[in-house]
Amino acid sequence: MNRLNQLFQTKKENLLSIYFTAGYPSLNTTVDIAEALEKAGADFLEVGFPYSDPVADGPTIQDSSQQALENGMTLNVLFEELKELRKLVTIPIILMGYCNPMVQYGVERFCKTAAEVGVDGVIVPDLPMYEYENLYKDTFAKYGLSNIFLVTPQTSEERIRKIDGLSNSFIYLLSSSSITGGSLNVSDAVEGYYQRVKTMELNNPLIIGFGISDNKTFSKACEYANGAIVGSAFVKYLGSRADYLEGIGEFIQGIKG
Amino acid sequence: MKYGVNEQGYYGDFGGAYIPEMLYPNVEELRQQYLNIINDADFKAEFNQLLKDYVGRPSPLYHAKRYSEKYGCNIFLKREDLNHTGSHKINNAIGQILLAERLGKKRIIAETGAGQHGVATATVCALKGIECVVYMGEIDIQRQAPNVARMKMLGATVVPATSGSKTLKDATNEAMRDWIANPVDTHYIIGSVVGPYPYPEMVAQFQSIISQETKKQLLAHTGKELPEYVMACVGGGSNAMGMFYHFLDDEGVKLIAVEAAGKGVDSGHSAATTALGKEGVLHGSRTILMQTEDGQVVEPYSISAGLDYPGIGPQHAHLHKINRAKYVSITDEESLQAGLLLSQTEGIIPAIESAHALAYLEKMQFQKDDNVVICLSGRGDKDLDTYIKYFGY
Ligand SMILES: Cc1ncc(COP(=O)(O)O)c(C=O)c1O
Repeated sequence: MNRLNQLFQTKKENLLSIYFTAGYPSLNTTVDIAEALEKAGADFLEVGFPYSDPVADGPTIQDSSQQALENGMTLNVLFEELKELRKLVTIPIILMGYCNPMVQYGVERFCKTAAEVGVDGVIVPDLPMYEYENLYKDTFAKYGLSNIFLVTPQTSEERIRKIDGLSNSFIYLLSSSSITGGSLNVSDAVEGYYQRVKTMELNNPLIIGFGISDNKTFSKACEYANGAIVGSAFVKYLGSRADYLEGIGEFIQGIKG
Repeated sequence: MKYGVNEQGYYGDFGGAYIPEMLYPNVEELRQQYLNIINDADFKAEFNQLLKDYVGRPSPLYHAKRYSEKYGCNIFLKREDLNHTGSHKINNAIGQILLAERLGKKRIIAETGAGQHGVATATVCALKGIECVVYMGEIDIQRQAPNVARMKMLGATVVPATSGSKTLKDATNEAMRDWIANPVDTHYIIGSVVGPYPYPEMVAQFQSIISQETKKQLLAHTGKELPEYVMACVGGGSNAMGMFYHFLDDEGVKLIAVEAAGKGVDSGHSAATTALGKEGVLHGSRTILMQTEDGQVVEPYSISAGLDYPGIGPQHAHLHKINRAKYVSITDEESLQAGLLLSQTEGIIPAIESAHALAYLEKMQFQKDDNVVICLSGRGDKDLDTYIKYFGY
């Protein structure tokens, strides 16, 4: 059982996860940012490994990825940082990024190194379910890494059940079919979708992400799910002031209310 | 077909559908429906009628006599340049707009590099009265101004892609992001044999009309259906796939695919994907792409915007790996010289993309009675500025 499973066993409501792009705003900031987030009360973290062509991301995360690559961030650099990070930070860490850097690194080597440096789960939006199931599932399992799947308002019930069967930490519920950085849609249709998934009584906890940016949207998401993820809003915050480490506590308080 | 796609959407090691979950329903809908739709009698009738009356097919297979003399063989040019809108791109655009209509889609998006696919898409949207949004890299918008104006005149909205390197790959990223945000009413008309399955297969089928006609026409010209060589340029690879399609199983036919070497394969300014690339994942499929050791996509370069792409379609990656087709490359200069030569020996100004295929003739050795078919994928009108600048007319 990894740190994610332990977390979900002990805490079932109002879980807050924060996403940030490794290498942004500058290189060697991952450890400091993660430490500040843990201290401020984040329950788990998603660390983005940057990619040149992030199709599922909006302008904020695109720009942070570009900047991170220019700063020299690579998987090797990130894994070195995470080794240090694990000496100081105990909350679960998820890596988020795209297929191609992982494939070039070697999927087995990626899983092995990630596990060694204390990573608990991976989100790869463009890794298809078929390939995961047939090529990579056993490797992920061998190293105790959770693969986290996304679900959108358009995902069929049958497919959600299948995803639930393949998941072993949580399911990432998208607030709408959109790229990152939009605003939370709380139309009746979306509430209907949250309600629909909630009443399916899935085995895995649900965490809502995309468009969660403040206390209002976080609280709304927590009505339907076990927690929510803030991404673009935090990345935007990191880019907004030079002394960003000082204000992280306040940022998290603002989200949690 | 021996070189065809399997049920999971793979050509050997390449293909698949590496897409975020947000695109799964759209792509799955296509996968489930496209074969039924395109094999339907009503679809076929409308497709064939439009290709004939609107595009002007069959495109001629022209025996280029003076050109043949120069190279000491029989050279036949498949005249896709004579199609309405000036390139092979219209074949696929017609097929996909009819498909979109039958899927009940109300809005079309597309990416474009040189603007040829954007113009073809804007054209078929005007024909059907469907809203059209074309994503185009900010840099390409500047270097292909006439095609931008053409798209606007045809009623399309042209949206600049301002992310990354601001060229074709970024336009493709933006189109995918648009599709993610508009999953229900929008169809994405991809312009080449790239993208998640079923796109590479579907686009190849729409373009396969090129080789289907060629076989018949060659028989009429030479008494034989099969030539010794079939050649085409490769950006994403749609004109080449269309040109190769019905020859794939005829193992005696040598297939030659010509990539853009830009300023030279080792110059750091090149788009010679098979020479410089490695296996990986780009725009929804497992294929060969130009990338750094860390798996970041490398920005390609070619004087021809249509070949300025860091990947190739997955079926090409497969044909390359198993050596069914030979992948070679031609520099900017060689292609411009070939364009000039065709202009002055045959009175045909080719697109710079197509001129890459022509230029490779210089590097080949022929027997006197070899029959060689080259896909002349487009006309050179859009490239006049570039030719004029280079030759100083
Ligand atoms: C005339 C012409 N030929 C070739 C290409 C390259 O595309 P593909 O490799 O898909 O045929 C283009 C693309 O814009 C083009 O306009």
